[in-house]
This record gives sequence, structure tokens and C-alpha cells, in this order.
Amino acid sequence: MELVAHIAQVQGFTAIALGLIIGFGALGACIGIGIMGSKFLEAAARQPELVPLLQGRMFLLAGLIDAAFLIGVALAMYFAVANPLLSKLAAG
Amino acid sequence: MASEPHGGLTEYIQHHLTHLNFRVSPNGFWSFHLDSVSVSLALGVIFCLWFWLYARRATAGVPGKGQAFLEIVLEFVDGQVKDVFHGDRRFLGPLALTVFIWVFLMNAMDLLPVDLLPWITEKFGVGHFRAVPTADVNMTFAMSITVLLLVIFYSFKAKGFGGYMHELFTAPFGKWFAPFNFALNLVELVSKPVSLAMRLFGNMYAGELVFMLIAGLFSAGSWLLFGMGIIGYAVWGIFHILIISIQAFIFMVLTIVYISMAHDHH
Repeated sequence: MELVAHIAQVQGFTAIALGLIIGFGALGACIGIGIMGSKFLEAAARQPELVPLLQGRMFLLAGLIDAAFLIGVALAMYFAVANPLLSKLAAG
Repeated sequence: MASEPHGGLTEYIQHHLTHLNFRVSPNGFWSFHLDSVSVSLALGVIFCLWFWLYARRATAGVPGKGQAFLEIVLEFVDGQVKDVFHGDRRFLGPLALTVFIWVFLMNAMDLLPVDLLPWITEKFGVGHFRAVPTADVNMTFAMSITVLLLVIFYSFKAKGFGGYMHELFTAPFGKWFAPFNFALNLVELVSKPVSLAMRLFGNMYAGELVFMLIAGLFSAGSWLLFGMGIIGYAVWGIFHILIISIQAFIFMVLTIVYISMAHDHH
């Protein structure tokens, strides 16, 4: 019975951590993409002839900004389906 | 859900996250992920054959659709290389093209239904099979470490042994801080392949997992969830087309940038 309580505790903390990882990651990535998108639209409005040049770079940066968030999501998903922190409990 | 074991979504996903592993040493330290290696090799061969066939019968006249497509890809990649690197492009151009198309093809394996290849291999008695080589951290690190070796090779080639050593030990703060400079340069050098590999891996792994989670809806039992699964799968698949192209593009651009940085003198 004590083991169940321990497992529940680990899983509860893990669930909170997953929320924090995905939530804060999404927050940062969205603010970043938002700032970059607004700047891109401003630049495109000022100098429409530069749009093809800027578009490629914008997508490149969008991928770079998204990457850290998606690494976080991958980590969080890994913890959600196969929690390695529980292995100690299973062994002991 | 042909390959679904009995035990719910968690077990289904864990089953799909297990590689087809070939162990060389008994404790599993030296082992090959046969699925990643075979899929990536097959895609590499397909890429080479595809481009070779069109290159062999390329015409200077009106190109066919296939040749026109390859010319667009080639000029796109060459333009990217030309923007960043001002030198002899005879090596870097083909390298960038290979990286771009190969990574793109490997990422595109994500667009196949998650159960398709495991279902086929199960018919041949192979239980675990992961179709996306770039969702395997060994694969992405193999590519990025190759890029690191190329960076080191081109640093030596462009600056000579003495020049590169001089740069490594004196670059940011001058010669009185030599050990500190060296440590700083080492960190810079190592962070390149790590970020390159983790970026691609994280994107593909997260994408694959989302596909699996959506696929879990198909066996949830109700028709409503089944329909939501189909819609979700289509939406995420369409969004994923963008992600796989951008990630292949980023891997290519950063490879070019790192190698052209190796040519720069401080």
C-alpha cells in the first residue's frame, strides 16, 4: 500500500512537471513567434520587394524558435508514457 | 491497430517506441538499431538512384517534369549555399543537397501511418519496428557528429594546423587567457552537434508521439473518438509537412553555416 502511495506521489509530481515544461515552453515559443511575425509583417509592409528574401529567413527562424519547445514536448511526452523516475520504485 | 498489444494506450506507445535492436555485446552496450539503419540506408539509395537517373538523361533543351523538379531543388540548395559560403562550392554544394534531401526523406517517413511499417514487418515475424530514422537519437547524432568532423577538417584545411591552434587558444581574449579561451572554444565546438542533433530529434520524436497519441483514439471504442482521431491525424499530418520541411531546411542551412564558419579567419 505504501508503494502505491509512493508511485502516486511520483506520478503526481511528474504530471505537474509536464504541465510546466509544455506550458512555459509554449509560452516562450509563442511570444517569440509573435514578435518575429509582427516584425516580418511590418517589414513586408514597408518594403514589399524584400518579402521573398525575408520569408525564407522567417521560416528558418520559426523552426529554430520552435525547436526548443518541441524538444521540451518530446521530453514531456517521454515522461508521460514511460516514466524513468518510477524504475527505482519498481526495483526496490 | 494490428500490432497493438493488450494493455491500453501506454503499452501501445511503449511498444511503438521500442527499436528493433541487434545486440553485439551481451550487456547491450554495443548494439545496432536495425530499423533506423535499414530505413535510412534504403532512403539514401532511393535518393541517389532518383537523382542519378535524372542526371544521366538530363537535357539542355526543354526539361520534363521530373528534371524540372530536380533543377528547382538543386538551384534552391545551391542558392542557399551561395548566400552563405563564398568559395569553392564543389564539395559543400553536394553535401548540402545530400543533407537536405536525405533528412527530408527520413523525416517524411513520419507521414506514413504509424502502424503501416510495423504491421508489415510483423507479418515477417519482426515485432518492433520504428519507421522514422530521425526520431532515433543515434541517427541524428551520427549525422551531426559527421558535420562536426567536417568542421574540424575544414578548419585545419583552411587555416593550417598552426593557424587553427592559434585561433583555438587565443580567439576571444588574447594569448594571456589561453586555457580559458580553449575551454570556451571547446564548448562552442561541442554545442554545435548537440544542438543540431537534439533539434531534429526533438521535433521528430514529438511529432511521432503525437501521431501515436492520436492513433490511440482509433481503438478508444466509440465512433465519435474514431472520427476525432481521423480529423486530428489529418490536421497534425498537414502541419507536420511544414515541420519536416523546415527541419530538413534548418539542418542543411546550419551545416552550411558551420562549415563556412570553419573557413573564416579571426
